[in-house]
Amino acid sequence: MDLFEKLRILTDAAKFDVACTSSGVEKTAAPGGIGSAASCGICHTFAADGRCVSLLKVLLTNSCVYDCKYCVNRRSNDTPRAVFTPRELAELTIQFYRRNYIEGLFLSSGVYRNPDYTCEQMIEVLRTLREEYRFSGYIHAKAIPGADPRLIDRLGCLADRMSINIELPSRESLRLLAPDKSRQSIFAPMGQIRDRIQDNSTELVRYRGAPRFAPAGQSTQMIVGATPDTDYQILKLTEGLYRKYSLKRVFFSAYIPMASHELLPAAGTKPPLLREHRLYQADWLLRYYQFSAGELLDEEHQTFNPFVDPKCNWALNHMELFPVEVNRAAYETLLRVPGIGVTGAKRILRARRQSRLDFVGLKRLGVVLKRAQYFVTCDGKRLEGLKITQDSALRALMSDRELELYQGSRRLFQAPEQLSLFGDRNPTQEDLQKCLTGQI
Amino acid sequence: MPHRPNLNYLYDGSFEGLLCCVFESYQRDEIPADILPPDSSQLSFLPGREIGTDPERARRVLRSIPEKMGQDALGLVKYAFLTCLAQKELHILLFLRRGYQCGPSICRRLTDDAVYPVQKAVQHLTREAHLLKGFIRFSAYGNLLAAEIGPENFVLPLLTEHFCRRFPEERFLIHDTAHEMALLYCPHKAAILGTEGLTMPLPDREEQDFRELWRTYYNTIEVPGRHNPKCRMSHMPKRYWAYMTELGREEKETGRLSAPTSAAFSLEEKR
Repeated sequence: MDLFEKLRILTDAAKFDVACTSSGVEKTAAPGGIGSAASCGICHTFAADGRCVSLLKVLLTNSCVYDCKYCVNRRSNDTPRAVFTPRELAELTIQFYRRNYIEGLFLSSGVYRNPDYTCEQMIEVLRTLREEYRFSGYIHAKAIPGADPRLIDRLGCLADRMSINIELPSRESLRLLAPDKSRQSIFAPMGQIRDRIQDNSTELVRYRGAPRFAPAGQSTQMIVGATPDTDYQILKLTEGLYRKYSLKRVFFSAYIPMASHELLPAAGTKPPLLREHRLYQADWLLRYYQFSAGELLDEEHQTFNPFVDPKCNWALNHMELFPVEVNRAAYETLLRVPGIGVTGAKRILRARRQSRLDFVGLKRLGVVLKRAQYFVTCDGKRLEGLKITQDSALRALMSDRELELYQGSRRLFQAPEQLSLFGDRNPTQEDLQKCLTGQI
Repeated sequence: MPHRPNLNYLYDGSFEGLLCCVFESYQRDEIPADILPPDSSQLSFLPGREIGTDPERARRVLRSIPEKMGQDALGLVKYAFLTCLAQKELHILLFLRRGYQCGPSICRRLTDDAVYPVQKAVQHLTREAHLLKGFIRFSAYGNLLAAEIGPENFVLPLLTEHFCRRFPEERFLIHDTAHEMALLYCPHKAAILGTEGLTMPLPDREEQDFRELWRTYYNTIEVPGRHNPKCRMSHMPKRYWAYMTELGREEKETGRLSAPTSAAFSLEEKR
């Protein structure tokens, strides 16, 4: 089999792994070597599905002894199989890297013979790259569940980021769909990697030359929509993972039916892309906006509002906390305003030390006034000429696509078109709340 | 208040030259209508005054900037000079005049009329440089790596450190076709030089194979059920595509890379 065909098969088999980031570590090429890494990460291209391509993401082999129902590489699937030799893959990585096609390698693998053997082969690829090519670029390695802890340890010393996929959000789903994997076989290495990273940070303080263990941390991924788990359950789990396992990222992957199985959605079911999108938005709120999972969803509301994003949804349900005065509000408060992001909030803090902010200034700082206008005041004043009507508010707080969806669903349920007119008087908080939450 | 005579300053296009314009502006207590480089395509009916480049004056202004408004302001001004902002020279003058007035706080005055356009232009520059760190595609010609780009801003100075740190043992060249300049690197020295009539030679068999492998990878990595060209376009604007191996470069190959001119491609000559 030629290299083209191998690359095609092993890319095709790896593409359902979502993570392709190259962030979290800053490195310079060693003398006589090649490769560096930027902590912000660098996207090298974007695939036609809009996803960033930063790493050469391939499997070492797509042969697998396991038979996970949701997976394209499962043993029972009739599909062409291929194996890279470690040297072949290392050479390909370097040649792609020299041409600046990629930021590094993302290496995963089907379980070939047994977990230990697979892990050894992966280590050989990484060792060749690091020691023979003196490659300092980014490497993301998947830990193989069930492999010997010493092998995981060795892999982590060669990689920048490690990950283990949780795949299914609950024990029950895992038992039904991935009978060869147990919750234990996933969480044990995850805990091991967490402990190693923590130990490593003390080692590095003691000995400057101590080998670094997965300096860009660890991440995981789970499939959304293959099982009946709710958004709330998934988000709670995500939050728990960040807290308990100090993960850098949790990725979500909308399930695309590949196999027909009585326990899985039927082939042809559309992947729940909007749901996945909402989960990512909420994930961002957890990591950068100081939200907790319980604020976004709870036992009574287990599913995200499809029409507005989770932050906006939270704000609409807490109108008593708004409007916020941008010249005085604390950073944490500004972060909760729809239309103000992390950069915007930081800029507000910087700029208002110098002069009082008005709405023109806010716009210049990169605040999305279209959204923020309902939630802020400048020097106690609302944006001049702000009229709160149902139509304008919906238009401002929803994207075109969400609006279309919303109007479509209203037609579906034949809700009578409601006109709410406030006339020329200044709208009150209640008006706004009614006008937004009442309808949504 | 400085007066605003109806005339343009004409300078030599260098950063030092611009600093001398700043000197002139203070010496005469005036703000010109515009400051134009020699090859300016902008038509103006106003009379122009040649501002000579005096190294001593330039040095005085250069020294005063970090003293009066801090190192960050100087960094911002240096970057602003690389941007494609229309009337960048005049904007830099106005920024500096404001900076001499209010001191180091200038960098926090993000909403100020004199600061906002400069900040915004620099943001555009750094963003473009960041994108290109990923989007640049090298081709291997023997042991030389060469790439072409066509950026809006003059990004080469911002790319130098990144690629030198990344490929310390390689010999490489990044040709900015829009500004007719190139970044050249030989272990362990880098230089940015002017290029005229530089064209790339034809790729050899091995190079073509790697391009083809990369295209194979790119076309395979897409998840078909998630096709979303709009999203791709917003992350990767189309004007970068022409220089990217996996998108568009093939069609142009015969046109762009056909006739390698003999004098064009010699690192030795350029050095």
